[in-house]
Amino acid sequence: MTSTDQTAPLLEVRNLSKHFGAVRALSDFSMAVRPGEVVALAGDNGAGKTTLIKAISGVFQPTGGEILLRGQPVAFATPQEAREKGIETIYQDLALADNLSIGANIFLGREPMRKAFGFLPVLDRKAMAEAARETMKRLDFHVSRLEAPVSNFSGGQRQAVAIGRAVYWDAQILIMDEPTAALGVPEQRKVISLIHQLKAQGRGVIFISHNLQDIFAVSDRIVVLRRGVQAGERRISETNHDEVVKLMVGG
Amino acid sequence: MTSTSPAQPAEKHVAPQADHGDPARSLIARIADGRAWLFLAGLIICFEIWSRLAFGATFVLNPFNLQSIAIFAVAPLLLATGQTFVIISGGIDLSLGFIMGLAAVVAAHATNMAGAAIPLPLAMLAGILASVIVAGVPGIINGLLISRLKVPPFIGTLGMFGVARGAAFLLAGGTTVPMQNSWFALLGNGKFYGVPYLVIITAIFVIVMHYLLSQTRFGQHNYAIGANVQAARRAGIDIRGHILRLYVLSAMCAGLGGALYAARFTAGAAQAGEPLLLDSVAAVVIGGASLFGGSGTIFGTVAGALVIAVIQYGLVFVNVEPFWQFIAVGVVIIISVLIDQAQRRFSGGRQDD
Repeated sequence: MTSTDQTAPLLEVRNLSKHFGAVRALSDFSMAVRPGEVVALAGDNGAGKTTLIKAISGVFQPTGGEILLRGQPVAFATPQEAREKGIETIYQDLALADNLSIGANIFLGREPMRKAFGFLPVLDRKAMAEAARETMKRLDFHVSRLEAPVSNFSGGQRQAVAIGRAVYWDAQILIMDEPTAALGVPEQRKVISLIHQLKAQGRGVIFISHNLQDIFAVSDRIVVLRRGVQAGERRISETNHDEVVKLMVGG
Repeated sequence: MTSTSPAQPAEKHVAPQADHGDPARSLIARIADGRAWLFLAGLIICFEIWSRLAFGATFVLNPFNLQSIAIFAVAPLLLATGQTFVIISGGIDLSLGFIMGLAAVVAAHATNMAGAAIPLPLAMLAGILASVIVAGVPGIINGLLISRLKVPPFIGTLGMFGVARGAAFLLAGGTTVPMQNSWFALLGNGKFYGVPYLVIITAIFVIVMHYLLSQTRFGQHNYAIGANVQAARRAGIDIRGHILRLYVLSAMCAGLGGALYAARFTAGAAQAGEPLLLDSVAAVVIGGASLFGGSGTIFGTVAGALVIAVIQYGLVFVNVEPFWQFIAVGVVIIISVLIDQAQRRFSGGRQDD
């Protein structure tokens, strides 16, 4: 697995800082994500994980430091801009419109249209359903009822739809905020196996979790944040639960 | 690109069962979705039997009855069409009744004024246009209040309810405004092969609105916003612009309702839509929409409006005291919501948590 170290990073964060008035939510933070790599972000509540991902995904403008995408410095004014550049954030909830189908969720905000009777623009539901089937197949999910609203699906399956949307729009970096938090154990396994798929497709994943078991199951590296600074970075193969916990609480 | 880490074959897992599709459940869902049409069929059968037993006459096969029911349904249906969009988005528009009254008064005044200068058919069109445009103004204010100033729809449109009411009565001088335009009167009372023009206009309008709701991005975004406004925002939908357009649309539906009211009675009255507001909400709810937002259809609302019209007309037809109408409509609303709740429990929908 050492081969990933030589690959040019997909996303690099250098000396990133974010201050809210006198509060230093994040200072001088650096990390990198390479293609096909899963980097776990761990830290206690208030350690600055959320601030970091919001700065990367364009929700906040960082106070200092830079973000490089494939070696090019980038600055995002809005989350839309980040998304257009291939950085997609998947939140543990609040991601899907429950009453719409998988296809409609994948295309929400950018629905394909076709002409009915040669002149009347209508939603191209067939194209949406087809794209949904294709995408879910790539994630090894086989869906028979493509017209059913996503409220009919389980938590893990809905998480898969959210991931599927990112995959369909060809996101290269996926930031996943607690993707397993609200799920039962079998469902957590499914999401973990989805992350393995993303990795196999050469995408970069930033994985935020409180659950060390999940982190050790899926990540290549772990970056620990404590009070806005980087408390340590370890390869998963060279560390263990105790060391990570120590880094998190500052023992 | 050098080699990336080899695909770790995720431990062999069975393809997850993607949906708990259960035919019994989907049958219940289908019945629940079409409940308004079932109500309608049930009511018509009841009245038919009642009418045959009591008077030995048919209820539903009498073209006069059908015309009357259709005419009864037109005005509440126009309000309910706009209301359907608003309720699906998770809002409510309480100002529609008096926007309709305002539009009716404007239609009468504008037609009279235009009639003095230009030919009558053109004056009629000017009157309709004026009423729809003027109705858009309170719609814009509603939309701005709700989208920019974050006023809850219930309160914002309740305020506009008062404003539109006052404006309509002031404009009408406190009375009914008679309208002198034979074309407009013909539009309101004429028939084409036995079908009133009002019904034809409303039918075309409803089909256009059905298209807008079910086949366009605007409609799709409306459903998404009603279900999960955060998700819609994250998907890049312009929520504020959408809400603004939404309330203008519903106000303009009420504006058309006002113009057709003026056509039917050849007069504009500020209180034209007063009793229709709650009927419009009732039609939407009977038609299968949830007041929590995210569900509902235009054709469901059509059925809901017809249910109310059949109850109102049918009870008069079989000679029951008119006050029973209110009780009957109320009972239908409650049954309809109960069916909706039951269906949600079966489908495990998360709407109510």
